[in-house]
Amino acid sequence: MNRSAQQPAQRPAWSLRVGDVLLELRAFIALAVIIVIFAALSDNYLNPSNLITMSRHVAINAILALGMLLVILTGGIDLSVGSIVGLSGIVAGVLLQGWEITSFNVILFPQVWAVIVISLVVGTVVGAFNGILITRFKVAPFIATLGMLYVARGTALLISNGATFPRLGGSPELGNTGFSFLGTGRIGGIPVSIWLMVLFAIVIWVLIRKMPFGRWLYATGGNARAAELSGVPVKKVTTRVYMVSGLCAAMVGLIIASELTSAAPQTGETFELNAIAAVVIGGASLAGGRGTVRGALVGAFVIGFLSDGLVMVGVSTFWQIVIKGAVIVLAVMLDQGQQSLKRSQAAAVAAASVRHSEPPASTPAPPTAPVAV
Amino acid sequence: MTAPAVATDTHPVVMRARDITKVYGGTHALRGVDFAIRAGCVTALFGENGAGKSTLMKILAGVETPTTGTLELFGEAAVFASPVEAVDRGVAIIHQELNLCPNLSVTDNLFMGRELIRGGLFVNEGAQKLIVADVLARLEEKIDPNALVSELRLGQQQVVEIARAISFEARVLIMDEPTSALSAAEVEVLFRVIRELTATGVAIVYISHHLEEALLIADDVVVLRDGALVAVAPADEVDIAWVVANMVGRNPDDLYPEMGAPVGEALLEVRGLSVADPANPGRMAVADLDLTVRAGEIVCLYGLMGAGRTELLETLAGRLPVQKGSVHVDGRDVTAASIADRIELGMALVPEDRQRDGLVQTMSVGDNLSLASIRSFLSGPFVSGRREQVAVKRTIVDVTVKTLGPGAAIGSLSGGNQQKVVIGKVLLTAPRVLLLDEPTRGIDVGAKADIFTLMAEQARSGRAVLFATSELGEALNAADRVLVMHRGRVVRELDPRTTTKEDLMAASDDAASPPETTNDVSDDANGALA
Ligand SMILES: Nc1ncnc2c1ncn2[C@@H]1O[C@H](COP(=O)(O)OP(=O)(O)OP(=O)(O)O)[C@@H](O)[C@H]1O
Ligand SMILES: [Mg+2]
Repeated sequence: MNRSAQQPAQRPAWSLRVGDVLLELRAFIALAVIIVIFAALSDNYLNPSNLITMSRHVAINAILALGMLLVILTGGIDLSVGSIVGLSGIVAGVLLQGWEITSFNVILFPQVWAVIVISLVVGTVVGAFNGILITRFKVAPFIATLGMLYVARGTALLISNGATFPRLGGSPELGNTGFSFLGTGRIGGIPVSIWLMVLFAIVIWVLIRKMPFGRWLYATGGNARAAELSGVPVKKVTTRVYMVSGLCAAMVGLIIASELTSAAPQTGETFELNAIAAVVIGGASLAGGRGTVRGALVGAFVIGFLSDGLVMVGVSTFWQIVIKGAVIVLAVMLDQGQQSLKRSQAAAVAAASVRHSEPPASTPAPPTAPVAV
Repeated sequence: MTAPAVATDTHPVVMRARDITKVYGGTHALRGVDFAIRAGCVTALFGENGAGKSTLMKILAGVETPTTGTLELFGEAAVFASPVEAVDRGVAIIHQELNLCPNLSVTDNLFMGRELIRGGLFVNEGAQKLIVADVLARLEEKIDPNALVSELRLGQQQVVEIARAISFEARVLIMDEPTSALSAAEVEVLFRVIRELTATGVAIVYISHHLEEALLIADDVVVLRDGALVAVAPADEVDIAWVVANMVGRNPDDLYPEMGAPVGEALLEVRGLSVADPANPGRMAVADLDLTVRAGEIVCLYGLMGAGRTELLETLAGRLPVQKGSVHVDGRDVTAASIADRIELGMALVPEDRQRDGLVQTMSVGDNLSLASIRSFLSGPFVSGRREQVAVKRTIVDVTVKTLGPGAAIGSLSGGNQQKVVIGKVLLTAPRVLLLDEPTRGIDVGAKADIFTLMAEQARSGRAVLFATSELGEALNAADRVLVMHRGRVVRELDPRTTTKEDLMAASDDAASPPETTNDVSDDANGALA
């Protein structure tokens, strides 16, 4: 190289991060506002046991949102997660109550760990179907997962014949007790479902921030053509994210079934919308390529703390729905305002300094050597 | 600063920018620029990548607002709230990067946002078609007005962009690198149209990194450096050396490096390659093509638009499927290998269209640079952030990207610096066979020299380089061998040391001259390999 790069003074790395944080700021602001308002309206809102209860509700949406985040980062959408929640609960219900294999005339009572694994696999396989429809058969994600929304829900209804499986506690003789631990157990005083949320968040954060998969994910969502030409396995990445989303949904199905010790085929209806809302409130772009784990988590907390707060202060159910919708839109609007404000401030500061900075020397070198062009 | 040569009374100033400053975050893109455009004249604006040319033009066209400073149009102060307002006042711009909706037809794109209305409600498609046909005829371009823009090749898309700007019938027409994807013939047509426009008093600003070409059409010359205006002169009083000296602020080095690295074994071998045209599967874009590139060699693919160069390179990179034939890299058969495998084996492509195929706009400069080589920074299953940063920073210096740092957004870079990021990304994969499709698109003279030096360095260190260009100068000065392509075949092989520009032009014209009676791929190539 015969020229050196004209690099302006290196800015510290953190100043570039400010942009990332700003993207999620709207969610933090919304969360802070919600907490302040409800703490003022209700004495019990901030007491530890209520915080834990609310966080348990949040955990369910947050785990779904983490899976949804991956999908949205690739520029896709997964409408089937609510149905997968229902399906995985039903699968667990069938297995815990005894899986009758008529042709062999036996009833199988798998161990609880096996029930959990099988349910998770079912969710992952449904996600894989989504992925294959989208990558191999070029069905748009919205349509593919909309179809799967119906298929998975219908399957859950078929398996259960529309009925609820009650009493999933298991029996000691069969050695399949302990399922309720997922939904009602505590470790160190904190409910298992919250630990699961933390675990999923850490794993997914590591996946997208520390592993090549994460880069591939952001690149696929940002510009699939360029990603492909850079050697990113775009189809594999896309299929995988729907599988992870299916897995997350199945986990949620298990948590809910375990909490209630029963499984209903209708469980999880419209859950997909809450998950999408959480991700978007957290700063993700539905066009793909933008979004963070932290944002999705905060988004889930916003929705959960808001819903529970409204219930606690006794707002009517119908108003709850209206307010929830308004908050989702407001949170996103807040961000737009924040960003343009920051931009114009930065420009104003820099403009103030422009008068004092030296323009470059304006005397050109005499043209002596001719150039070959 | 020198006064303009042409008398201002016959060519009055139509638009003036006074003391314009533009600041993006911490970057001073423009510092107190005074700029005037005269009616009926072509003002050529020169400057290195990132000098602030596009920024200044965006301000004139109402796309950006200046941080400080004022605009004057026809002697009155002008403040544009939006580009639409600027167009209404008679100022139109052709952007450096294409601004078309690929999912819409050529006609729809031309009338986007200002559809002709009939009966108060309906789009008057008939009238629109007539106007489009008229403009395209003026530009001598055979494009179907109903074709989707996504189906057009890059050059044709650029023509559509030009056609749109012309159809505004503006009094001030700004052209920001309008010819970066055009063939020589298309450039000639554009120049004819520009002269027709200036004859009717239209003021034109013309930005290009093809200095020679721009000086041909220019009346006034303005040079920007680091956001400040450094020189103004009448075009007939200056030459390329003057422009370059003002652009870089010192006497420039030679544009082309030493050629002739020692040649080793064959690294890339292509035998009987046929590739279907992705836009028209019935046609072969590459037909029964043989090609060998050896270690230490720089081979140039020269040809007219549509000769199949891009398809050939995309096939080698693994994007397009091979219909027939074989591709070997370093003796290994990669005919069916995936893109990732080819990168692993050491063959990577700098694509023609950096926006569409080269960059991920939502990722930072650093993440874009390391995207193709991310696997090489693994420690265990994790990306080693430290090693990645070191490599990324080194590459930013190596390919001289002008940026605030690896964390900066891709969109904050000037066009030429974005191109350098794409090249840097490919170099980070440590390729043994380096493929480049029009690598100097939108790049300034200094950076061009850098890229040729880079290519020569790669060759000297035992790599094979294959690049496509439509520029005679590049073909003859930056390559060890020139292969002339026509209709998917290599029809001539020339030694650039013994070939003149005229020879090369004749060679590609010869190839084009036989009547195109059939699309049959089996018809004989008329020129045997030399
Ligand atoms: N949106 C933006 N945000 C931040 N910085 C920007 C933005 N747009 C331009 N810049 C910076 O302003 C400077 C001037 O950019 P500009 O695009 O005007 O250069 P240019 O002369 O057109 O270069 P090229 O020949 O490469 O097109 C560059 O340093 C660029 O990084
Ligand atoms: Mg530019």
